[in-house]
Amino acid sequence: MNEIFGTVHAAVQTVENNPILNISIFGAFVAVTLFIVIRASRNSKTAADYYAAGRSFTGPQNGFAIAGDYLSAASFLGICGAIAINGYDGFLYSVGFLVAWLVALLLVAELMRNTGKFTMADVLSFRLKERPVRMAAAITTLAVCFFYLLAQMAGAGGLVSLLLGITERVGQSIVYVLIGGMKGTTWVQIVKAFLLIGGAVVMTIWVLAINGFNLNTLLESAVAASPKGEAILGPGLQYGANPWDFISLALALVLGTAGLPHVLMRFYTVPTAKEARRSVVWAIWLIGLFYLLTLVLGYGAGALVGPEAILAAPGGVNAAAPLLALALGGPILLGFISAVAFATILAVVAGLTITAAASFALKNDGQPQCDSNFVSLRKSSAPQARQW
Amino acid sequence: MTDRRIDGAPGGVDYIAVEESAPFRELKRRQRSFVFPMAVAFLVWYFVYVLLSSFAPDFMAQPVFGAITVGLVFGLGQFVTTFAITMGYVAYANRRLDPGAEHLRVELERAERGES
Repeated sequence: MNEIFGTVHAAVQTVENNPILNISIFGAFVAVTLFIVIRASRNSKTAADYYAAGRSFTGPQNGFAIAGDYLSAASFLGICGAIAINGYDGFLYSVGFLVAWLVALLLVAELMRNTGKFTMADVLSFRLKERPVRMAAAITTLAVCFFYLLAQMAGAGGLVSLLLGITERVGQSIVYVLIGGMKGTTWVQIVKAFLLIGGAVVMTIWVLAINGFNLNTLLESAVAASPKGEAILGPGLQYGANPWDFISLALALVLGTAGLPHVLMRFYTVPTAKEARRSVVWAIWLIGLFYLLTLVLGYGAGALVGPEAILAAPGGVNAAAPLLALALGGPILLGFISAVAFATILAVVAGLTITAAASFALKNDGQPQCDSNFVSLRKSSAPQARQW
Repeated sequence: MTDRRIDGAPGGVDYIAVEESAPFRELKRRQRSFVFPMAVAFLVWYFVYVLLSSFAPDFMAQPVFGAITVGLVFGLGQFVTTFAITMGYVAYANRRLDPGAEHLRVELERAERGES
């Protein structure tokens, strides 16, 4: 164990001493995404364009963007880390995060699209007394965005301390939003989801290949590497002390997802309810695939890197996936995975920022700001608005 | 405030009447008769899984074959049911919901243009 710990620690040192590689991969990613945002912004003219991307995305495109929004740093870094350290209890997150999408698919997505609005507050004030509803919706949206951003920033901090040694990146996502609006941020999410899932697929195949494409072998080597032994295959390591903790978490996971403001907002970027449904279906396949991969990646990180080495690394639990990348493909794969993971955080921050902005701007002067477009918007969406 | 918008609907379509019409009600009934039972079913299955993990960890930790435990099989089962429900809903919506919705929409758009 000490030997593995030593090599990983040394490798982390080399990477820390070689941030140029990381930064250049990261910089290339930022350049490409900014280019996309600027191109997309050329067509952003009306409020519908800016906040709902002109409702011009197809179902599959929007599905990728939803997956991009959803597979945040918490999903990728956090779940891989949780599985690597605590085994089964980390996997419970994956299940909750995925099943939650059925709530969105069956109960929320199409109905939200059918209202033809921009924000939750628009939808509610359509039926209820306007002023108090808008006030309440804006406050809850901002509260959710604030705490969600806080979590993302914490993840970013962990990753930065592992890798780059720079912190001031928040401004960048605001630049994305200002230039590109929803269309730009949607394209960033699409590219990011593609890279993140691609990277995860490569790493998963790699891990499985090492274990002879046998899940059983992988689990056994993870058990062998873990100080907790076979306990990582059953529940209880993380939440065993108080089961009610886990029940409350499970409830929040399954019901909370469909209420995340930046996810809700994605249902407005498609032209019809049918496309909203298609986009959720795509999102479910992509997210489901990804969470199946995290199972392999998490146990793989436990087996190949070892829980002690992960906990000792800068960034702690969140370092499991980057360290697995390092163990598999050296600094280049590490640089790629971290750049994608970090850009993930930026993109989610961008999505949240635009949501918060929409909830606030349309609340304070909602009518004036979107009135000119409201008429044209209604012309196209009003019939659908009463379909159900 | 809210009434203004509904009353001022473009094209002078009486949406309240549409909402109360038989085709619309039928559409709504079809959608709910699939969505609500399915939502209850997957939530029950999910919470069975969660409660077993919380209160019967020993049962969930039993090996099925090799290192693969009951809990792991159940967890992967959640993935399978999620995918199955998704595909089932899409098939149902394409077959039973979209034709009716499309029909209503075309009619409403025609009414809105004043070609009723």
